[in-house]
Amino acid sequence: MTAEAIRTKRLIGLFLLGYLLFNYPLISLVNLPARVGGIPILYAYIFGVWIVIIILVALVSSKDSRAPR
Amino acid sequence: MPATETILFVSLCYIGVLFGVAYYGDKRADRGRSIINSPYVYALSLAVYCTAWTFYGSVGRAVRSGPGFLSIYIGPTLMATLGWLILRKILRISRIHRINSIADFISSRYGKSMTLGGVVTVIAVLGIVPYISIQLKAISTSFLLLHTYEGSPANVHFGNLSIFKDTAFYVAFILAVFAVIFGARKPEATERHEGLVAAIALESVVKLMAFLAVGVFVTYGIYNGFGDLFSRAEQMPEVSRLFTLEQRPGTYTDWTIYIFLSMLAIVLLPRQFQVSVIENVNEDHLKKAIWLFPLYMVAINVFVLPVAIAGTIELSNHGVDADTFVLQLPLIHDKSHLALLVFLGGMSAATSMVIVETIALSTMISNNLVMPILLHIPALKLNRRNDLSSWLMAIRHAAVVVTILLGYIYFRQTAEYYPLVAIGLVSFAAVAQFAPALLGGIFWKGGTKAGALSGLIAGFIVWLYTLVLPTMTDTGLISHSFIQLGPFGWDWLRPFHLFGLAGFDSISHGVFWSLLANTGAYVGVSLFSKQSALGHTQATMFVDVYRLSQETQETLVWRGTAFIPDLKSLLERFLGKERTEEALNEYAQIHHVDWNRSPTADASFVAHVEKLLAGAIGSASARVMVASVVKEELLGIQEVMDIVDETRQVIIYSRKLERATDELKAANERLKELDRLKDDFISTVSHELRTPLTAIQSIAEILRDYPDTQKEEQSNFLEIMINEIHRLSRLINQVLDFQKIESGKMQWNIKPLDMIKVVQDAVDATRQLVTDKDMLMTVHLPENIPTITGDRDRLIQAMVNLISNAVKFCEPQTGQITVNLYQRYNKLHIKVTDNGIGINESDQQVIFKQFRQVATSGRGRPQGTGLGLAITRRIVEFHAGKIAVESELGKGSAFNIILPIEKL
Repeated sequence: MTAEAIRTKRLIGLFLLGYLLFNYPLISLVNLPARVGGIPILYAYIFGVWIVIIILVALVSSKDSRAPR
Repeated sequence: MPATETILFVSLCYIGVLFGVAYYGDKRADRGRSIINSPYVYALSLAVYCTAWTFYGSVGRAVRSGPGFLSIYIGPTLMATLGWLILRKILRISRIHRINSIADFISSRYGKSMTLGGVVTVIAVLGIVPYISIQLKAISTSFLLLHTYEGSPANVHFGNLSIFKDTAFYVAFILAVFAVIFGARKPEATERHEGLVAAIALESVVKLMAFLAVGVFVTYGIYNGFGDLFSRAEQMPEVSRLFTLEQRPGTYTDWTIYIFLSMLAIVLLPRQFQVSVIENVNEDHLKKAIWLFPLYMVAINVFVLPVAIAGTIELSNHGVDADTFVLQLPLIHDKSHLALLVFLGGMSAATSMVIVETIALSTMISNNLVMPILLHIPALKLNRRNDLSSWLMAIRHAAVVVTILLGYIYFRQTAEYYPLVAIGLVSFAAVAQFAPALLGGIFWKGGTKAGALSGLIAGFIVWLYTLVLPTMTDTGLISHSFIQLGPFGWDWLRPFHLFGLAGFDSISHGVFWSLLANTGAYVGVSLFSKQSALGHTQATMFVDVYRLSQETQETLVWRGTAFIPDLKSLLERFLGKERTEEALNEYAQIHHVDWNRSPTADASFVAHVEKLLAGAIGSASARVMVASVVKEELLGIQEVMDIVDETRQVIIYSRKLERATDELKAANERLKELDRLKDDFISTVSHELRTPLTAIQSIAEILRDYPDTQKEEQSNFLEIMINEIHRLSRLINQVLDFQKIESGKMQWNIKPLDMIKVVQDAVDATRQLVTDKDMLMTVHLPENIPTITGDRDRLIQAMVNLISNAVKFCEPQTGQITVNLYQRYNKLHIKVTDNGIGINESDQQVIFKQFRQVATSGRGRPQGTGLGLAITRRIVEFHAGKIAVESELGKGSAFNIILPIEKL
């Protein structure tokens, strides 16, 4: 498999992960009027997932994709 | 509160800086030193996605429905993750086909259809103009707020504001100037607008900084950080409801549909297509942009909720429009510098959107709407005009002005009634209609023009009915009962509850139905309609863009030829003389073409010209223009299928492979055969050399050991020795001759010659041989014969070989040899007949090959090397002649040399 194909597959995986985490039903689990660390839990969750996804995308896209051993 | 003069001065300075940056960017680009060739600038230019709607409207939306506003930025994040898959493909296709707008892309994909391009343009203009209008509204509102602020929050109304007192009007004017200067510089719309992109990137920085500044001020200046802010909010139920999504049925469906809608918008909005595809410098920039751009969106959204909460707490009892909280908060806290910065941030968000969107729309309008129509009006005689590039530029400039003007008029007429976000989402829904045709078109070869057209129209109609029509009730154009009861009281046709569907908000309801109708029609009609040959080719070239090479792409479409001067004048009309020269020289350098050598252009050049033109006037018009000067027709459907069909390609490859394998096999066989012959050659030659040598050696030894042998016997021995030495030297000569002929090193001495003389000489040379064995040789020569050209000595050699062969195989005393020379038609025949032992029929085939000696029973080993006939054949063949043998065992043989007489 080429490096390009691996990169594309990993990014599609991240897309699916993001789509899952940002949508019903998972998002309904945190749709609560509570707060964590002073921040409304839904916001904490959304921004947290958002940042994690961005970091993962940055890692996948900037690193030379090597075939997993 | 800042003085009006200050606001105006700062605004003008800001706009001045924008002009400066854009000018500098263009200057640098002209000198070949790009300032936008960086993934960071690319990512910032993508942030044109965040408009005044983001800047002011997000807070408004957060106040109304809590975290729902975030879906509009989560969608693009997810799409950016897929960017490497989808956007890169669109980028590659657009670069290869010189696509210059989204309308051009769709039209090109479906067989360069003018109709499709036109429909896409109309939808885009109708969908986007309201979106432009809300940007102008934002500028106007923020300016009014800032300069009419009297110490207490208030709403602004511009119902009775005269146009000449309205900032938005002047801003619109300045934006039009900016877009004309920096956005439509050259006829080729595929050309990057480097200055423009630099300015947009700068605006993205300004709007982010401004929003972060107000966010930090609200969170840490008014309150003590997030914790403080949120715990205060928690005390008030009407504010703490903002912590969660709205508690109502369908809230998750709406959330999901918004994410989906914004996923599409980030690709399909004309301005996004412009910055991400047309203005892209390097495909690799995507790698960084797909996480930098989402990061930008996170940053600009972090403080939306704090601002919304603070605004609700402090301003809600003043009845202030939530869309203006961002600006009102610094104002009521007397931070006039911050308010000014916010004003600039909002202006940068609005202006960047208006500029890019107008440029993108103007390209579509000129290339996909106006140009095709003008080219089809025979009365204008556009086909015969010499310089159309100025026309093109004029149309594009007019389109810029008209688009902005339409936006302004729309704002003055209706925009006051609606919040920013609602209008923005309706625009999103409009461009989402391009999704099936575009995204389907790059992954599914089966999508047809009819399918795309019906999908677009179906989606557009549903969009109009469910999203646009209802807005007209507020302006009084349509009655409220229409919305509540449906047309003619048919409740299943209520625009907000089509077929009774409930549980959606109006936007997601409209998006759902319109995209359903669109996709359904696209797929359904595509499955039941046929594609034109061109459509099929384009489909393959789009879907398989990575697989097909550039050359295949270029040669596929045109088979016909055209005259280079025709093509050149065509280019000159649209691109101008200078640019045409430049483009053609570039092509000539890359493809090593000499224009002077031949006046006709090959298919790949025609394709190249079409692409150059497509860059200026769109693919559909370019096709028509090129077709007008190209002589031949399109490839037939079957041929196109042959070339592009995947399985066909595989079959062709495997056939080629088979053929190559066969050739290799044959070559291998031949090499083996040659190897064997070489071995034969060496063994025969060494054998032939050893026999006379052994004879000479033994005789010499006898003479040495028995010096007293009789004199008569001695001379007999010496005679044998001399004969053997002759034989040795003859053999060596023959080997050398043969080797020379075989390797082509033989020096031929070509002269006109008389064959009678040649035969005579050969007969004379062998006379002694014949009489020695008491044989009879008869010679029949004609009186005269045409001269031929050839090598006299070699021909004599060939004759001598034949005669001495005949002598070898005849019985002494009874042997009869006949030599005949005669002319038949334009051929000379030389026939050497004997009555010797004859040659076996199977041996007749091989005797002309080297070292083939016919084993003759009873006579032992024949004398000679087996090279004689091989050499003879080579000599005859050199003279373009043929040699053949007729023979019967026991009766004799006849060798026949046939030489052509050249016609003079």
